[in-house]
Amino acid sequence: MLENTIGPVPLQAYLIVAAFLFCTGVWGLINSRNAVRVLMSIELMLNAVNINLMSFSSYIDGSIIRGQVFSIFVITVAAAEAAVGLAILLSLYRNRVTIDMESFNLLKW
Amino acid sequence: MNIAYSTELICFLVLSSVIVSGSLAVVLLENIVYSAFLLGGVFMAVAGLYLLLNASFVAAAQILVYVGAVNVLILFAIMLVNKKEKLKPIKGLKSRKLISGGVCGGLLILLLRVSISTKWSLPGPTSIGEEATERIGEHLFTDYLLPFELASILLLMAMIGAIVLARREVSFPIDNINDSKDQKSLIDKKIPLLSENSLK
Repeated sequence: MLENTIGPVPLQAYLIVAAFLFCTGVWGLINSRNAVRVLMSIELMLNAVNINLMSFSSYIDGSIIRGQVFSIFVITVAAAEAAVGLAILLSLYRNRVTIDMESFNLLKW
Repeated sequence: MNIAYSTELICFLVLSSVIVSGSLAVVLLENIVYSAFLLGGVFMAVAGLYLLLNASFVAAAQILVYVGAVNVLILFAIMLVNKKEKLKPIKGLKSRKLISGGVCGGLLILLLRVSISTKWSLPGPTSIGEEATERIGEHLFTDYLLPFELASILLLMAMIGAIVLARREVSFPIDNINDSKDQKSLIDKKIPLLSENSLK
């Protein structure tokens, strides 16, 4: 029976993994108090989006693969974001001597 | 028994369990160094998923950019700002975690429901194999040429911006190098390697 049911991995499986990764990233983004962990959560969310793009590219658009081009661009933007984000973090740390997200309240009203 | 399908399924299950448990550990672990290394593991597992999806070029780019650059950058940032600090307790932290957990769980359930209940009209996974790299190159230099050039400008701006933001504000003393008796003073000048307040 198992021999007949087993096929290629369905698209839904990839989507479920990506949804879980994205929700974990959102939770970490909201709840982290360490600023480096916030950047790590953003990377997790970008990876989830990339998994979605790649799986749709392979399952729906298999011969033109526009999704793979899009995920290349997402990877590029993520690298730029990580560089600028960590530079901002370093200069914040130099001014405030802390990386607690709760103490960065300059824009709070 | 189709051995290709079952191998694919086993690889998918292993990779997705690594992704799920690794991402939870990245978010939940106390020690941020462990989180950073586990994040590298999650990135590599995602690259494995790309390989399962017949995208070898993007998997290589994922390994090079994420594991090689972003993760190392995060580790360097952790080393530079690594200071054991006692976080001030704030009131309502527990309820905030619970509420945000509820919101994220709701989002997860919504996404799962959408992805399961939708009837995807799929031609099925197509493998174009090694031709994918050529196809990506064609895309990048024909119909996605403008985003490609914009991405290069974005990377240049990010590089300059990171240098400007992370630069130390140290005023170097002006010395007369040609003056021989001032040569000693150049050596004696203590230029701090770190700014003052980061040493405290």
